[in-house]
Amino acid sequence: MVSEATNTRKKSVLWDWLTTVDHKKIAILYLIAGTLFFVKAGLMAVLFRIQLIAPEMEFISGQTFNELVTMHGTIMLFLAATPLIFAFANFAIPLQIGARDVAFPFVNALGFWLFLSGGILLSISWFFGGAPDAGWTSYVPLASREFGGLGIDFYVLGLQISGFGTLISGINFIVTIINMRAPGMTMMRLPLFCWTMLVTSMLIVFAFTPLAAGLALLMLDRIFDAQFFIPGEGGNVVLWQHIFWIFGHPEVYILVMPAFGIISEVVPAFSKKRLFGYTSMVFAVLIIGFLSFMVWLHHMFTVGVGPIANSVFAIATMTIAVPTGIKIFNWLFTMWGGKIKFTTAMHFGASFVPTFVLGGVTGVMLAMAPVDHLYHDTYFVVAHFHYIIVGGIVLGLLAGLFYWYPKMFGHKLNETLGIIFFWIFYIGFHLTFFVQHILGLIGMPRRVYTYLEGQGMDTMNFISSVGAFLMSVAIIILVINIIYSALKAERITEKDPWDARTLEWATSTPVAEYNFAQTPQVRSLDPVFYEKIHGNGEMKPAEPLDEIHMPNGSILPFIMGVGMFIAGFGFISFHMDLFISPYVIIAIGGITFFGAMAARSLQNDHGYHIDKETVESMEKELS
Amino acid sequence: MAENLDQPFKESAMNNEEKRKINREQRTQVIAFAFMIGITILAFLAVGAEGVPGTFTTPFILLLAFVQLLLQLYYFMHLKDKDHGWPNSFMISGLVLAAPMIVALIMLLGVVKY
Ligand code: HEM
Ligand SMILES: [Cu+2]
Repeated sequence: MVSEATNTRKKSVLWDWLTTVDHKKIAILYLIAGTLFFVKAGLMAVLFRIQLIAPEMEFISGQTFNELVTMHGTIMLFLAATPLIFAFANFAIPLQIGARDVAFPFVNALGFWLFLSGGILLSISWFFGGAPDAGWTSYVPLASREFGGLGIDFYVLGLQISGFGTLISGINFIVTIINMRAPGMTMMRLPLFCWTMLVTSMLIVFAFTPLAAGLALLMLDRIFDAQFFIPGEGGNVVLWQHIFWIFGHPEVYILVMPAFGIISEVVPAFSKKRLFGYTSMVFAVLIIGFLSFMVWLHHMFTVGVGPIANSVFAIATMTIAVPTGIKIFNWLFTMWGGKIKFTTAMHFGASFVPTFVLGGVTGVMLAMAPVDHLYHDTYFVVAHFHYIIVGGIVLGLLAGLFYWYPKMFGHKLNETLGIIFFWIFYIGFHLTFFVQHILGLIGMPRRVYTYLEGQGMDTMNFISSVGAFLMSVAIIILVINIIYSALKAERITEKDPWDARTLEWATSTPVAEYNFAQTPQVRSLDPVFYEKIHGNGEMKPAEPLDEIHMPNGSILPFIMGVGMFIAGFGFISFHMDLFISPYVIIAIGGITFFGAMAARSLQNDHGYHIDKETVESMEKELS
Repeated sequence: MAENLDQPFKESAMNNEEKRKINREQRTQVIAFAFMIGITILAFLAVGAEGVPGTFTTPFILLLAFVQLLLQLYYFMHLKDKDHGWPNSFMISGLVLAAPMIVALIMLLGVVKY
């Protein structure tokens, strides 16, 4: 067969990673990129925490402080948390549903490269007159051309491009979960991580579209002198807040739902019990997803939309506590009476529950519209969302990291270092953010770069900054752990190092490029566990061993990412003094992008086949 | 195998039953298409004709647009066919989410321009 040649031809490592469409490799790309952005944004937080360590510090200027806070929030949400979630989703979804890849491998790669080019575009703003500085929400009129600097153009275009990447990846996950399930994997046997990713992807489709529209309007205002958000010319500033939070509130659920999913995998695996109340978990996720669209106004209570609207949205917000409570109790009941094994992953999984509850409680406090006038734009809000974001999402992601690491890289992370890491991180986290509740209540406003002495804020700010240092120390320990384990840890080949329950643990370690030599037959929820009890411990195949059809790699997604980057830069350069016209830059970017798109459409690429003998010999080698 | 996919098929791989289905499908497509052109002409007439008041035209063409949308989605994009449960449920959930949002936005902003 001619097409075989593409398979066996040796590629250089770099070329291989630039052209890969394999979901497992794209997962690792997301993991690396997300981690780098996470570290970068963490360092920014450390910088502004140094500024806040004592009253009237002059470590950085107010302008730099604004830039750091804006970039910290923007990067953490869009360029660290989202890609880290996509890393685990890309890796785990096809394996958990018994598929060979995602539905559209090419689109998957494109999603990654668009995310990365948007992220890099945002990051180079530092070299062109300063980063965005209007907060991660970029409220107008602060973010309008009149008051906001060039940095905000980078915010608009960078988020737009990486948002497109997120959007197409979301669509890809939806199609994958619905169409690519192995025989017997009904919707009600879907692992909870897949369920949460399905709902997350729906939220992405319905929430990133308003964001894209809002960013487009802001771009028209800023670059092409439109007046959607300019009050003097008939525009409306509150419109931006509405659009932003119609996206923004679902966005926080886009981030936390996958964490729910990871916790719902980790907790049963290490409690040696099936997840308590599977069906109610599924419905809770669906209800939370729906409600998350109907509560955006709770970010705008102080705008003055009137008592009726405020009450309606306050009550809608509080109802979210009901399905969330169901989930919390289900996790507790899963652990209750279980044979709990306290691995590092389980440390993160178990500690997720109380911290997330704390964040939820302050959330309900903030949902009381009249009292919100007291809390709004104080450190109380900062404390609230960090209990959710760090105490929920980040703990969930770390649980996922330690849990899936052996499958992804063929060795475990060191458990001793892992538990040390956990405790330092956990203590640092509470030190940093617990006192911020009190700081907020005594009136410290957020987003101010310093404060006066003798107002009762000195000690608590000091504690908070020390906590931030502790968290940095913890992250350094994690890095040491990763390097140490890569060098020293024992390579594993066993399929199921944790004695876990779901289908990803039925593949060989490391996972073959085709995932499953034969598509497995799923007979129950927790299929691997079911076969351990009722079968011989191996999944039964649903098809005879045959040749396997795989997609070819392609450099086009990378080129399309580059094209988008250039075009995005072109739009920003309308307000820069460059020696080259913005139209030329946009044209170059556009031609690169659409040229690559045309090349993809005209090319006749049917992928390649791995023949039966090769599959057999690969399987023998792996087992 | 894969490299044969470019070659045209020599004879139809469909059996008679399938051919009948295709023909029926073609007929409904043509009818729907003619109907849609009809509604479009109606819309033009409503706008262009003198003596039709604006207060009637606006809701009328919006209604026609809605019918047009349904025909487009269900007949041309095949949402009416079997095995379209998932696309349908996504479309409907999109509507269920977007409709109250738009209503709320209009009421909150108090801006009604058309
Ligand atoms: C690594 C430790 C972290 C520290 C020390 C930290 C510190 C802070 C502080 C002090 C603020 C408030 C600044 C102000 O309003 O005055 C803040 C804001 C924020 N943080 Fe973090 N943070 C950390 C991790 C994270 C993570 C992991 C995420 C998201 C995944 C995140 C997302 C945000 C967001 C969205 C804001 C809002 C920015 C704004 O409103 O302008 N943070 N962070
Ligand atoms: Cu919210």
